Amino acid sequence: MRWLLLKDLQILRRSPLLVGVLIGYSIVVSLVAGAALSSGPSKPTVAFANLVPREKSQVALGGRQVDATKYAGKLFAKVQPIRVKTRAEAIAKVRSGEALGALVVPADVTDKLQGTLGLSGAGRPTVEVYFNADNPLKRQFVQDTIDSTLADANQAISAEVLREAARYLNIIVAGGKVALPIVGSVDILGLRNAQTIIDAARAGLPANAPERAALAQVSRFARLAADNLDLSKPILASISSPVRVQEHVVAGSKSSLSAFAAEAAVIGSMMFVALLLAAGMLALEREENAFGRLIRGLVTRTALVAEKVTLAALAAFVLTTVMLGILGGLLGLDFARSPLWLVVLALGSLAFGAMGVAIGGATREVRSASLAAFVVSLPVAALALVPSGAVASGLYDLIRVVSAAFPFRPGMQALDAAISGGELLVPLAHLAALALVFSALARLSLRRFA
Amino acid sequence: MTSVASAPVALTADGVSKAYGDRRALQGVSFSAHRGERIAIIGPNGAGKTTLLQILAGSLKPSGGSVSLEGGEIGWVPQQPALYSKLSVAENLRLFARLERCPDVEATVERMLDQTGLRDRARDETGSLSGGNRQRVNVAIGLLAEPSVLLLDEPTSSLDPRQRERLWVFVSGLAEAGTAVVYATHNVAEAERFADRVLVLADGELLFSGSPRELERTVGGDAEAPDFESAFVRFLHDRGH
Repeated sequence: MRWLLLKDLQILRRSPLLVGVLIGYSIVVSLVAGAALSSGPSKPTVAFANLVPREKSQVALGGRQVDATKYAGKLFAKVQPIRVKTRAEAIAKVRSGEALGALVVPADVTDKLQGTLGLSGAGRPTVEVYFNADNPLKRQFVQDTIDSTLADANQAISAEVLREAARYLNIIVAGGKVALPIVGSVDILGLRNAQTIIDAARAGLPANAPERAALAQVSRFARLAADNLDLSKPILASISSPVRVQEHVVAGSKSSLSAFAAEAAVIGSMMFVALLLAAGMLALEREENAFGRLIRGLVTRTALVAEKVTLAALAAFVLTTVMLGILGGLLGLDFARSPLWLVVLALGSLAFGAMGVAIGGATREVRSASLAAFVVSLPVAALALVPSGAVASGLYDLIRVVSAAFPFRPGMQALDAAISGGELLVPLAHLAALALVFSALARLSLRRFA
Repeated sequence: MTSVASAPVALTADGVSKAYGDRRALQGVSFSAHRGERIAIIGPNGAGKTTLLQILAGSLKPSGGSVSLEGGEIGWVPQQPALYSKLSVAENLRLFARLERCPDVEATVERMLDQTGLRDRARDETGSLSGGNRQRVNVAIGLLAEPSVLLLDEPTSSLDPRQRERLWVFVSGLAEAGTAVVYATHNVAEAERFADRVLVLADGELLFSGSPRELERTVGGDAEAPDFESAFVRFLHDRGH
């Protein structure tokens, strides 16, 4: 077997263009696919036009002046802003494709916000959003990002308003100073102080004074009002964020988006290299008419299968180890887990190699073997990457069953577990089982190969 | 003929049959090849010549019957050169010498380079060789294990007349040295010139085993068939083929 393996390596060494195209193609396609799967742009570029005059950027909230522009910072947390001066400029950026969307804050927004806070009925403040709709996916991504950032800004403003409302409530209950427009600073007695005064006045009245009953009613009202308004403060606080979120990962990947992209790229490259190489090199034995000569006692069919699986697995393992090493360095993956990576890469390469030999045995010629390997690999990868919830549950179950018959999905699961933690033994056992099954199929296919 | 017929038997096929589903490619073919004997298997297309050689070579399992080799090895030269075109002549010979487990690989390669006259092309990739030279390497690989029986399937089909002549001189030299040579050919004239015995196969049946002269006599000699090719065609015609 080792002489055949050396012979194949020698043939590959003499076909640098073919090997270069195979490796280059596999890496480029897989990296691009991985990047495409894991993103929209992480921070979409958005043109931002703030038309509010500088002198109008303040909003009076209670007795305080709040700078509304500080809420713009919320908008920039999730987008890459291109600052422009006019609405037309913002729209032009979107039209030209320089920006995926545009956010325009009209000049009257602080006036309307002030009116809303003062309950003057001036109408709700509105910001304008423009999208580039050339790609529905991209549009949806930008729209979601802007909606979410606006929701953050709205929440920040409402939290500020609620804080001020709570302060007012506190003054109404306990008394204190409040600054009012025009009037200036005003002392507020407060319900509790009012109750104290009423109780004192009531105590000074004769026992049979007719005012005592009325004053008792007022005192009880002041106490009840103070107690209930006190209780309403935590309710107000909860309004600013009525629902808390507690996140749990029940099943699936704990990986970051970039780690997921790296995993997809590595397994994709493994698949292309192992399938194409195994299928092509087995078919070459027949195309060169050497198969008949080999199997008449020089090499058993089983040894030939083992040699081709080893060759393809070796090439895929070396390539993906280098690839994952580089990607791991760039993405800051935990290299302490690298022994697990190597186990996954070795088993995954063997499984894909065996599958490639089975394809080569079924197709017999190099060109048709390569075409078949290529044609098979695309749906295998695509099916494995269909997320749950993307299709109807019955169809998803079918997809899971079909993709479990090929090494891509267990390869992704195993590499994900090796990189980010999680159940590793099951996908590894799955890969080992697939390697054995495809090797057996490859051996069967050689019965009528000559 | 007489001398080789009395030589020890090198290979025996006994009732060899091969069926592909309902189609019977070979039906109970039996014959023996003696050391130093040259046997040509002739017959129309689809007669089962290649199937018989593949079974004798061990690259195809018979459905029935058996093949026995009386010591030594079988060398196999398929119709299409079975070589790796990206490897050089010497590398091909070295690879197959290793797979044949030749005791001294380098000495064997050197010997075959001399025998085939390809020493000056030893470093050339076989993909760059002419059809004739590729066939010489193909034959050389069949001879690596110094076989007692050499099987050749249409060995001259891709060669020009000069190359054909050189090949037969070479093969005849092997036979004189004691190698039993069994070959299939469509070229009836080659069978007449370079065979001690011909086996006529048609539809998987062995119809005749004997010398070319005996075949001519079977159909009535010069009166019925002026040459061997005519005798062969007449023979097949008389038996419904």
